[in-house]
Parts: sequence; C-alpha cells; structure tokens
Amino acid sequence: MHELGIVFHIIKEVKKVAQENNCSKVSKVVMNIGEVSTVVPYYLEDCWNWAVAKEEGLQDCKLEIRMLDAVTWCDGCKSEYPTVAHGKTCPHCGSGNTWLLRGNEIEIQEIEAI
Amino acid sequence: MQEFYYLYHRIINPDRQMDEVKVIEIKKSIFEENGHEADQLREELKRKGVFLLNLMSSPGSGKTTTLIATINELKDKLKVAVMEADIDSDVDALKIKEATGIETIQLHTGGMCHLDAEMTRQGLDNLPLEGLDLAILENVGNLVCPAEFDTGAVRNAMILSVPEGHDKPLKYPLMFSICDLVLINKTDVLPYFDFDMDKCREYIHLRNPRARVIPICARTGEGIPEFAQWLLDSVKDWKTN
Repeated sequence: MHELGIVFHIIKEVKKVAQENNCSKVSKVVMNIGEVSTVVPYYLEDCWNWAVAKEEGLQDCKLEIRMLDAVTWCDGCKSEYPTVAHGKTCPHCGSGNTWLLRGNEIEIQEIEAI
Repeated sequence: MQEFYYLYHRIINPDRQMDEVKVIEIKKSIFEENGHEADQLREELKRKGVFLLNLMSSPGSGKTTTLIATINELKDKLKVAVMEADIDSDVDALKIKEATGIETIQLHTGGMCHLDAEMTRQGLDNLPLEGLDLAILENVGNLVCPAEFDTGAVRNAMILSVPEGHDKPLKYPLMFSICDLVLINKTDVLPYFDFDMDKCREYIHLRNPRARVIPICARTGEGIPEFAQWLLDSVKDWKTN
C-alpha cells in the first residue's frame, strides 16, 4: 500500500517533467532508493507496472531501481558506519548519539523519454 | 529493417532527431513536491487564521473517542471542524457529528495508507473555512506511512494506547520523531497491562526530545482538559505570531 502511494507521486512528477520537455512518451524511469527508506523494491516494481499500464505516455515504461547504502554518523567518535549491520549503536565506541547520514532516499534520478 | 529505420531517422529525415530518446536528469526526492504543496497549504491557513492538526495513531487507539471528548470541551471556545480520513466507510465522520454537532467530512483515500498535502487540500476545500479556528485531520490509522508525508498541518499529534505497549517509539521511530504531542490513551486499563509509563516517556524523548507527552483516558475524561488547553494555546499562538 505504501509503495502504491509512492508510485503515484513518481508518476505525477515524471508526467510534469515530460510535459515541460515536450516529450510524449517516457520509456524508462531511474530511481535511487536508500537501503533504509522503507521501500521494498519488488513491491515498488509491482505497483509501478500496475499503475503505468493506465497512464497515457507511460505504458510499458520501465522502472530501474538503484539501491543506495545506508550510512550512519557517530557523534561520539566522529566516524561513519554501515547502518543496516549496526543500527543506532556505534560499533566503534558504543555511543547511541548517532544519526543517519544517507540511505533514506526515495529519489527520481532521471528519465528516458521521446 | 530496424537499421534502415534508424538511418531514416538520423540522415534522411534530420528533423526527426527530435524524436530520439532524451535522458532528462531530475534528481529530486519524491517528497519534495509534496513538501512544497504542504508549505503552500500552511501559508494559506496562516492567512485565514485556521490551525490544522494532523492526528495519527494505530487503528483502534481511540482517536475518534478522544476527539469527541476534546471537541465537547472546546466547542464553546473555538469553532472546530473535523476531516476523517479512512480507506472506506463514513462511520467516524457520522459518529463525531452526532456526538458533538460540529461540521465533519469524510475523506476516502481509495486504498492508500496515508494522506498527502494534495488530498488534505481537497478535504479543506470542502469545509467552510470562514470563521474556523481549528481543523482536525484524523489520518488513516497507521504508524508508518502517514509519518512520511507532510499534510500541510501546523502541528502533528499522535495517540498511543496502553494495550499497544510502551515499546512502540522504538519500533516506529519516524512517527514519534515528527510528533509535537503524544497522547497516551486508555490509562484506565493500566493495571491490566505491563505498560511502563516512565519507559514510554524515555523512549519517546529518545526519538524526539521536544515532544510533549500527556497521559489521557478518553472514556473517563482524564487528561482531556490538558489536551484541550494545548490546542487552545496552539491555536492562539498560530493566530497571533
């Protein structure tokens, strides 16, 4: 359900950009999806395929998903570590004073259109 | 054949090069557009002097009962309206209208798990905003998706009920980190659950040190005056500052 809402937002934005660039057909959309963005890539693809079939100019438009690693910053020891493996607690110093640097992206990178 | 077609495009009919695939870089978060729409909505509400509260929670935490108790406390002091968002049915909108007599409308999300700024605007367009002080959006019961989409509300509040457990701020960190106010409902059943109020406060403040926490019981009325006062102060603050 969550992915469907995201797909509607992507479609809205892509149609706007296509129109601004005088394109009538979009053949591919490239998305950057962060590892901890809460988006499940294959759900996103399923929702995408279902939703674009009904959108003029977007039928058969492919969705390419590029996954981005999540990285957390530790303020205790001023270093970075991979979020998924260690969560909120820094593996170097044990501090909980940490925050996400990147990895929650749900971003449209580019589109291919004619 | 395909090669010929390609040649036709490129050489025989140079004008048709316009038709070739263009790569257009966007590099934009899908939340960006919604964020703009939400900011616009807030500006508009500011001009009209309407305070919009986005109320979120899990299904069954007591949003509707809490609203009825609170609105009855407030309706002589403020003009209040409620927008009920659900996937289906209009039971909540009817229930609030019957119990309080205020204006309510029901929004259907058509299967979606949250409301965004555009849907909130459509709802507000159907409310008489003239003279309205407080509009309350009862979001879809869900602790995940509604937290990600800015509705254009001035403040976010959520209800966590005792039977859900005090560990929810750890499991749904984003929801707790975006809320200005957390109401802990159903305090009358505290003796029957292993709910640790101090731990709950600690976990909430771990996610959001500025969140205000008010224990309430919508059924007995405990804590409702405090919530009503928070709303009165917030509305006054929004209208004057």
